[in-house]
Amino acid sequence: MEQMVNVYLYGKRYAVPASATIMEAMEFAGYQLVRGCGCRNGFCGACATLYRIAGDRELHACLACSTKVEDNMYVATLPFFPLVKAVYDIEKVRPSQQIMMQLYPEIYACVGCNACTKACTQGLNVMQYIAYAQRGEYEKCAEESFDCVMCGVCSSRCPAGISHPQVAMLARRLNGKYLAPICEHLDKRVEEIKEGRYEALLQELMAQSPEELRRLYNTRDIEK
Amino acid sequence: MYQDPVIAASAELVAAARETNIHIDPPRMTAQEKEDLLKTYHPDYREDQFEVLRVGPSKGQKVPRELAALLQGRSRISPSMDLRKADYETDVLVIGGGGAGASAAIEAHQAGAKVMVVTKLRMGDANTMMAEGGIQAADKPGDSPAQHFLDAYGGGHFAAQKDLLAKLVTEAPEAIQWLSNLGVEFDKAPDGTMITTHGGGTSRKRMHAAKDYSGAEIMRTLRDEVINRGIPVIDFTSAVELLLDESGRCAGAVLMNMETRELLIARAKTVVLATGGAGRLHYQGFPTSNHYGATADGLVLGYRAGARLLYPDTLQYHPTGAAFPAQIFGALVTEKVRSVGAMLINAKGQAFMNPLETRDVSAAAIIRECSDRGNGVKTPAGYAVWLDTPMIERKHGPGTIEKRIPAMMRMFGKYGIDIRKEPILVYPTLHYQNGGLKISVDGQSDVENLFVAGEAVGGIHGRNRLMGNSLLDIIVFGRSAGRHAAAKAAGVTPGRAALSHVEAFHAALDQAGVDTGVVSPKLLPTYNSLGKDF
Repeated sequence: MEQMVNVYLYGKRYAVPASATIMEAMEFAGYQLVRGCGCRNGFCGACATLYRIAGDRELHACLACSTKVEDNMYVATLPFFPLVKAVYDIEKVRPSQQIMMQLYPEIYACVGCNACTKACTQGLNVMQYIAYAQRGEYEKCAEESFDCVMCGVCSSRCPAGISHPQVAMLARRLNGKYLAPICEHLDKRVEEIKEGRYEALLQELMAQSPEELRRLYNTRDIEK
Repeated sequence: MYQDPVIAASAELVAAARETNIHIDPPRMTAQEKEDLLKTYHPDYREDQFEVLRVGPSKGQKVPRELAALLQGRSRISPSMDLRKADYETDVLVIGGGGAGASAAIEAHQAGAKVMVVTKLRMGDANTMMAEGGIQAADKPGDSPAQHFLDAYGGGHFAAQKDLLAKLVTEAPEAIQWLSNLGVEFDKAPDGTMITTHGGGTSRKRMHAAKDYSGAEIMRTLRDEVINRGIPVIDFTSAVELLLDESGRCAGAVLMNMETRELLIARAKTVVLATGGAGRLHYQGFPTSNHYGATADGLVLGYRAGARLLYPDTLQYHPTGAAFPAQIFGALVTEKVRSVGAMLINAKGQAFMNPLETRDVSAAAIIRECSDRGNGVKTPAGYAVWLDTPMIERKHGPGTIEKRIPAMMRMFGKYGIDIRKEPILVYPTLHYQNGGLKISVDGQSDVENLFVAGEAVGGIHGRNRLMGNSLLDIIVFGRSAGRHAAAKAAGVTPGRAALSHVEAFHAALDQAGVDTGVVSPKLLPTYNSLGKDF
């Protein structure tokens, strides 16, 4: 018989297998999930969850899909959080410090409490990437925030009302489009293809007999 | 640290053999060896797991049993429902909020069409978000679209629809450029050169990546762009049936609010079906790397409306699903782990195959190792082989894992396994639907004005897909479907939308005496302990 623990889903007690994730525990209890469940593997941020262990004052945040239950765990899910998403035209914005001031001025109201970092389900240094955004250091902000799954727990804990994941999203797009080094071999190849330079080679290959295609495939040289 | 004594003892053998294994380059299998291996061990060859369709446009076609039940299931709605009042009216209706749907929406919008997106869960709850390893494009010297074609065509067992594959490889570099211009961050050297690696079955290093969050980085950027453009996204709203007009052209869909179950009507001039894959149907009892909503809905909707399927009997089992611990059983361990140097090792510490064979071959070889050869590691869930991750830093230096595959480090780290120091246990997991609805090179299905893009399409990859060609296909064919759907919509005079095709399908089921006892599309898997279907 598998070892069981007690979890309190929205305050109601259920006995669930000790090895279950919080998400599996909810399903074990009989829930049919619609919200609060996405990739089930820590990439999509759908299952942000808050919990406390009875007797412990500290409030924890996690992703329900990739956190094991504990005995006497009190669970509340946060399947949606009203983040502020500023709308902009990526072709018209520029990676200047002003753009953050225009689109997300509240980041300058950060009080440095670090609640965002403590709450991050990915263990990111959220307050640090907001500091980079304040200074217009978008490359650093992009790198520091890269693993963000946009679950929104950081924002739920922020006294300044900052929508951290959206700030980071803007920083990454600015970095990817304007600051990252230009890839010359890519641009060159796109031009060459537009000019039709690779068309004949491809057509010739496609016109080969099935036997010849097999031979070409099975004897092709593989780059080391 | 592995607590289980059998697992721990085997991990010791792997560690002891590491210095020897690191210098071995296991030979690639011959064509004959691969064919024999697949026939004996690949799940696609287990005849008793398939069923022949008795009703519908692909009658006579073999499909997985679980899919047959849904394709030949009954509608969730009454075909006689009142369709006069439209809740939404648009030029282009995109069904599905993954990478293909988002790309289609952006391009349809760019072309000036009125476009809207409906999605069963949230925008971005899709397999795109979970794609880790990368995206292929022949954009480096020494490589060419033709070389990319040869790799994919051979890797797909010479079964791909040639015109679709030619489009895929030819438009690949432009797809990367488009993403890059939207702000997607690719791994680059300081001079701007793309950092590219091999995937299984590639002959050139053309795998572009954004660490091991490649799909997530692409998806979140596309989603941001859809919102910036003001394209309406109706989330938690699934299509449950397509609408056809009196001349059989697709004219919209019946939608269902996933929370209130309210039915809604969306009228459209053209429709892009981008509903993704089927991993959550758990074919043959396999675990899956797919997201929660991957239940083959698009195949069901399209099939009932009269669209033929192509290769629905070929599934991709990703060779390296996590086999331990139980909490991540079946989760994807990206092929990039092998691209950057980890080898596949059996319970005895032997490097039993070249780590960069194609996915179907690798999966079959792992199944062979764990069954007839008896070289698997016993785990609580069955058997597994090792993926020797510490090799990566042994080859490329400390810090490589955190830099190149941080998501993998995090996923195992959560359960106390440091992949820099310890190898990990893997076994094949249901990953991708190679087949799907048949399309023309413009992305249109057999049903006029019904376009299909992404994993719901069959034929681009043949009977096996290479790593990095799926992120590519959702972009290339998603964009193309959006453009063509917008252009086509401009010339459409809406007719009277109806569900008579559903009525006819029900009649055909009755006539053939088929009663699978299920309603479809399935929408969500049944994981609740009460066993109640959604």
